[in-house]
Amino acid sequence: MKILVVDDEKDVQILFLQRFRKEIKKGELDFVFAFSGEEALGTLRSMKQEAVLILSDINMPGMSGLQLLEIIKKDFVAPPPIVMMVTAYGDEENFNTAKALGADDFLTKPVDFKLLKEKLIQQT
Amino acid sequence: MILEPLILMFIVWQIRKNLRLLLPDTHWNKNLKWAMIGIAILFILERILPITVVTNWIWRLLILGIGYQVFKLPLLEKMRTIIIAFLPLIIINAIKDLLEIIYLPLYEKIEDYLGLAVGCSLAWMIAMLIRSNKQNKALKKERDKTLAEEERNKFISAQKEKLELIVEERTAEITKQKDELMHAFTELKNTQSQLIHSEKMASLGELTAGIAHEIQNPLNFVNNFSEVSNELIDEMNEELDKGDIEEAKAIAADIKQNLEKIAHHGQRADGIVKGMLQHSRSGNGKKEATDINKLTDEYFRLAYHGLRAKNKSFNAALETSYDETLGEIDIIPQDIGRVILNLFTNAFYAVGEKTSKSASEDYKPTVSVTTKKTKDKVIITVRDNGNGIPKKVLDKIFQPFFTTKPTGEGTGLGLSMSYDIITAHKGELNVDTEKGKFTEFKISIPIKNNRAT
Repeated sequence: MKILVVDDEKDVQILFLQRFRKEIKKGELDFVFAFSGEEALGTLRSMKQEAVLILSDINMPGMSGLQLLEIIKKDFVAPPPIVMMVTAYGDEENFNTAKALGADDFLTKPVDFKLLKEKLIQQT
Repeated sequence: MILEPLILMFIVWQIRKNLRLLLPDTHWNKNLKWAMIGIAILFILERILPITVVTNWIWRLLILGIGYQVFKLPLLEKMRTIIIAFLPLIIINAIKDLLEIIYLPLYEKIEDYLGLAVGCSLAWMIAMLIRSNKQNKALKKERDKTLAEEERNKFISAQKEKLELIVEERTAEITKQKDELMHAFTELKNTQSQLIHSEKMASLGELTAGIAHEIQNPLNFVNNFSEVSNELIDEMNEELDKGDIEEAKAIAADIKQNLEKIAHHGQRADGIVKGMLQHSRSGNGKKEATDINKLTDEYFRLAYHGLRAKNKSFNAALETSYDETLGEIDIIPQDIGRVILNLFTNAFYAVGEKTSKSASEDYKPTVSVTTKKTKDKVIITVRDNGNGIPKKVLDKIFQPFFTTKPTGEGTGLGLSMSYDIITAHKGELNVDTEKGKFTEFKISIPIKNNRAT
């Protein structure tokens, strides 16, 4: 299963690759990275019909994570990807908006990687 | 001769008149009055009794005595003409009388000549009296003139005093007004500095959320990278125990990279905190060699995240184009930072307004920033595709307290202070706008000689 991580912070890539080093090595998880909502949509379009889990930041310049979520839930239906939202502001409003837009899960920064690992393994 | 007592009377009367003018309030006035009464009594007695032979000589001696006094006393100088007028007549009469008594034949012989001499002296007397009268008149005129002048001088000095009083009053009034104005001016200055401070605090408030976000990210990286490095060291030790040196080395390289990342994000957080401190610090701004690109980018992100923190539905595309040849230029970083922040805040506000009001699906809110180096200037351009600035307010935007924002949202000092800051850097702040399409602010700062005067 591919996991698409969307964040405008480029160091997220290195961090994820190291955090999930063992899982990647064992071939349990496969990470793809995009650094903006727009880039994420492009990546999604190029990955036809693959089961995907999307982990997206909300606060990004340009297309926000919530906008991306809305488009994904509208345009990518077969098969519907699992979308988990990550934001620095763990507030009600973003949580509710993300839920309303159909987010499958919700994480707040700083990300608890142990929890995330469990969740990811659960999904796969 | 009937003339002598009259002449004496006249002389005494004249002396009295003169003295009354020259020395008022002296005993002379009274004495001369008594003298005149005495003369009058003697004159009447002379008319009744046959004593003319004696009295004639009394008259003459008195006249001569008085005449002598008149010539002796400088006080009676004016009387001299009168004495000279009477003197020949008195002397001739005296000679005539003497001759008649002493040597009658000669008297009879020259009687005609003596009569002629009397006539001549009478004519002299009249002429001299006329002259004296004229002189007196001229003197009186002179005196009147002097008196008038004195009067005028008195009047003038009185006027002058009055004027001085008025001037003093006015001066006091003006001084009071000046003091009041100075007081008002000082108060205004205080208010202004307070306003500048509150404007700074307001923009700091806008920044706080952005700063929190900006700091949270590097902090997360620091925490995450150090945690993961910890795990990696355990893994490395495991590999070493297994004897897989190659894998251990690969892990060591990752740890090294992570430590670099920790340092990088630590510095990033440090820079943000420093920038925040710089922004909140008031005054004593000194020029420092500053990387304009870095400063611009920092405030661009802070402004964006600040707004995002307040209004979560807000979103805009950020476009940046930095001229990498810019290098460092001498500016007061916190001041220029405030200008940039202000322009960004305005730009974001503009696209936000357009998004919420026009609500067209196709509208893509975009704020862009461009830096460019020309021969002698650095140009920073902030552009938004908001609704533009209406023509009727365009010439007011740099005025203090002018704001289009609802009451309580804007101080109206942002652009006016920005303008002042850029002017102090000897630069220019220009605006270009088109209704419904865009607004573009252009800061140009000379690279050299931009020291504030």
